Amino acid sequence: MRYIRPLSIEDAVGLLAGASGTSAILAGGSDLLVRMKGGFVEPDLIVDIKAIAGLSEIRETADGFSIGAAVPCAVLGENSALKKAWPGVVEAAKLIGSKQVQGRCTITGNLCNASPAADSVPALVAAGAKAVVAGPSGKRTIAVEAVPIGPGKTSLSKGEIIEAILLDSQAPRSGDAYLRFIPRTEMDIAVVSAGVNLTIDEHGVITAARVALGAAAPTVLLVAEAAEALIGRKLDEAALERLAKVCAGACRPIDDKRGTIEFRRKVAGVLARRAATTAYARAGGK
Amino acid sequence: MNFDPRFSGRKFASVGTRPIRPDGIDKVTGRARYGADFNMAGQLVGRILRSPHAHAKILKIDTSKAEKLAGVKAVITAADLPDLTDGDAAMYDVLDNCMARSKALYDGHAVAAVAAVDASTARQALKLIQVAYELLPHVTDVDEAMKHTAPLINDTIFTEGLEEKPVKPSNVTKRSQFGHGDVHQGFGHADFIVERSFKTEQTHQGYIEPHACVANVSSDGTADLWVCTQGHFVYRQHCAQLLGLEASKLRVTSSEIGGGFGGKTHVWAEPVALALSRKAGRPVKLVMTRDEVFRASGPTSATSIDVKIGARKDGTITAAEATLRYSSGPYAGTWAEIGAMTAFACYKLDNVKTVGYEVLVNRPKTAAYRAPSAPMAAFAVESAVDELAKELGMDPVEFRIKNAAQEGTRSSYGPVYGPIGIGPTLEAAKTHPHMKAPLGKNQGRGMACGFWFNFGGQTCTDLNIGMDGSVSLAVGTVDVGGSRASLSLVAAEELGIAYEQVKAVVADTSSLGYNDMTDGSRGTFSSSMATISAARNAIKILRDRAAQMWDIPVDDVVWENGHAIAKGEKYGNLAALSLKEIAAASGKTGGPIAGHSELVADGAGVSFATHICDIEVDPETGAARVIRYTVIQDAGKAVHPTYVEGQYQGGAAQGIGWALNEEYIYGKDGRLQNAGFLDYRIPVCSDLPMIDTQILEIPNPNHPYGVRGVGETSIVPPLAAIANAMSNAAGVRMTHIPMSPPRVLAAIEAEREGRA
Repeated sequence: MRYIRPLSIEDAVGLLAGASGTSAILAGGSDLLVRMKGGFVEPDLIVDIKAIAGLSEIRETADGFSIGAAVPCAVLGENSALKKAWPGVVEAAKLIGSKQVQGRCTITGNLCNASPAADSVPALVAAGAKAVVAGPSGKRTIAVEAVPIGPGKTSLSKGEIIEAILLDSQAPRSGDAYLRFIPRTEMDIAVVSAGVNLTIDEHGVITAARVALGAAAPTVLLVAEAAEALIGRKLDEAALERLAKVCAGACRPIDDKRGTIEFRRKVAGVLARRAATTAYARAGGK
Repeated sequence: MNFDPRFSGRKFASVGTRPIRPDGIDKVTGRARYGADFNMAGQLVGRILRSPHAHAKILKIDTSKAEKLAGVKAVITAADLPDLTDGDAAMYDVLDNCMARSKALYDGHAVAAVAAVDASTARQALKLIQVAYELLPHVTDVDEAMKHTAPLINDTIFTEGLEEKPVKPSNVTKRSQFGHGDVHQGFGHADFIVERSFKTEQTHQGYIEPHACVANVSSDGTADLWVCTQGHFVYRQHCAQLLGLEASKLRVTSSEIGGGFGGKTHVWAEPVALALSRKAGRPVKLVMTRDEVFRASGPTSATSIDVKIGARKDGTITAAEATLRYSSGPYAGTWAEIGAMTAFACYKLDNVKTVGYEVLVNRPKTAAYRAPSAPMAAFAVESAVDELAKELGMDPVEFRIKNAAQEGTRSSYGPVYGPIGIGPTLEAAKTHPHMKAPLGKNQGRGMACGFWFNFGGQTCTDLNIGMDGSVSLAVGTVDVGGSRASLSLVAAEELGIAYEQVKAVVADTSSLGYNDMTDGSRGTFSSSMATISAARNAIKILRDRAAQMWDIPVDDVVWENGHAIAKGEKYGNLAALSLKEIAAASGKTGGPIAGHSELVADGAGVSFATHICDIEVDPETGAARVIRYTVIQDAGKAVHPTYVEGQYQGGAAQGIGWALNEEYIYGKDGRLQNAGFLDYRIPVCSDLPMIDTQILEIPNPNHPYGVRGVGETSIVPPLAAIANAMSNAAGVRMTHIPMSPPRVLAAIEAEREGRA
């Protein structure tokens, strides 16, 4: 096993592109190291990206925020501008693992781990976040929902690294929220989850919405019908009922040790309702 | 030695105070040494290869490739642990469980092991061992295993305890029955009858420290074992028997223990580590991973229980009956029998009958878990009692008080009770402020009672007085809950000295006579009795030495408040001699001063508790949160009240986890799906409320200070108390433990649809 800590993204890309055996990217290590310790993976090459300039920073740009791939989730919670603009995303990041894990883990790692139950991903998808991908043939920017393609699988090619997650400035009268269901109070993985981001007009009518569900299908679901159920309406009881019904219907969950299909469907609807209510209040809706 | 164990009703100076524990600072600073913290020069790393199959014949094990791997020093299979059990069926099961002989009986069953120079070599070696299996049909569910069509786990087992000897083998190893009177007649006199079936899933003790040991077998036939255990003397006996060693030549040292709760009363990895060390000729350290702990140590039984209770309109129970089916893993056990004994132990019953069935399944061998078998029986019985109270229109506490056992009651399992605490704990619950506190929306309150036998057993203790007057106490019961502190208090009490002058240690197996393990809530009960006896023996010598120093007859010397006092006016000018002064002169008066004690601590007083629980349920998700919890339990005499409270809270905390989320989940393939703390959900700190405790002290007549064991009873009522609270909060009777959110939500929805 080789461990390398490159100083530039180009070097990191070069190492990964040229690797002959299995390779892994190390940022916080909260997934990778656990899997190595459990004997599930034994990478031939580990590329630690934490020494690469800029990757451990949150930058405010003209368009919004650029969150480096090595920024621990705890740091997101210490950035007041980010918290003010995207409280749902920050809440989601701060639900991962435990306090100690949050000091290491990153939202980019959470995304690339490609678990359908990843906490930060539905919130990022609802927020319309994008990923900046560096690779052997240059850089490209893609929607975060295009990254995971199945449990543990991403659309990234050999040699590609996500170097940052981009979030737009939040539009006026907008709010986001994320909720997950776990049987415990913390240190757990979502049985099912929901992220909602919405914008309202002066009268409280919803003009834009994005609703994402986690642990409800092989990848995080962006539910267009759920957004349609909200747009053009105030968030009244009828809209919430319809939202819950659409979300329950959109799920393609499985029965497993964490929950049943029936349970996940019902609770997906409940969480979407509750998250939408919070997001609406954050947008200034009454 | 004429030790008188009877309760004497003395006044206490040290006992009942709350000094800090002697092991505390080392534990909070990380200096304390647990099982995996011991290392020896040249030690190898041991790893075990485990069956991925629930039930399979082992056709062939080829270890040749693993043996050739550089860095591998020993590879063993069952052939390296020959059967030396000489017809002892229980020990044969222990041997077979340590290393499968002809069949793998559960997912995780050990089939081979290696010792190598490092962990990665050992892991690599395991991959090179080729095992040819022939898969057999398996069964993991207790009810399924009882069916005639179920796959047979052991075709040499015929159910014991039936009137007629069965002609066909069965997965039911034994039927047992307890009770008295005529339940049929009793139900005939009942105005109300509640009859229900209950299920509880298998749970693990969830101790944070995995099993760990270092074994070192010398070529001269002696051996050392450093191990995390609840009973190093028992481990010595078992390991010596399985390895063919003389017990006195195997020295076992117990480490600090990061939780046991009954799960560290049984050998699993230790004989394997010794066999590896014997073959490799070097020390071997073997530490189980969490995955191995879940798959291959000793969880508690899964159960299926039917209960029927009848009562007259005035609230008198006329008859009570229960059938209890407990899984024991792939080997015979007596878990249902214990459940059948404890089920109705709280009540005064004219007509009672309980029947237990021990059921084999393809799961790890069941081991003790804190008051083993009692929590599940109490869940079923106390749920039915609660429901019956509702049907009668009686307050659940009043209903229980009316039927509670008391001194002189013939218990449902046979013996007649002496002074007991069930009535007092119920009276205390009745007047506790918790019972009257207001409840909010979606909240419910429940209560339940619990019983545990407690145990005494063989105990051996040494008390040595140093020349500086400090006292070292060597005990043979592993300290699982603060017993070194409580035993130091007891020694200080008897000798009349300060707690700080006493230092208690857990001695190794070569330094003391045999001690039973720390189980059955016996640690403080039995070792305090032996400590009192040892201290009194030391006092005899102290008096004798004082008599020598004064040159007066020993009969004229009494021991009071840590001093020898010359009795009578003729000695009026003799100043009292302190323990320190006598110790300082001991070199000239006959040498070291010590007190020894070996005894069987009989008369462990039975123990009762009543718990009260408030719960809030989210009716849209089924999520539940315990918001208030109160434990009321009889301690006989709380030697160190803080650690008694700790036992009360710990039992309640484990009960909350068991009631709400913990369960072994098996796939259709018979493999354990959740062998880790992520998906086997013990409660984290924020899942628990503050747990209030109330200690009652109804002296045990068979202990000088009135002490009863306190460690286990606290886990007996929680399943039922929480289920009763949940049933009140959710408006539907919950009959399946754990009451996980999917189960609760499904029950709420079914009830809603039923009503609609």
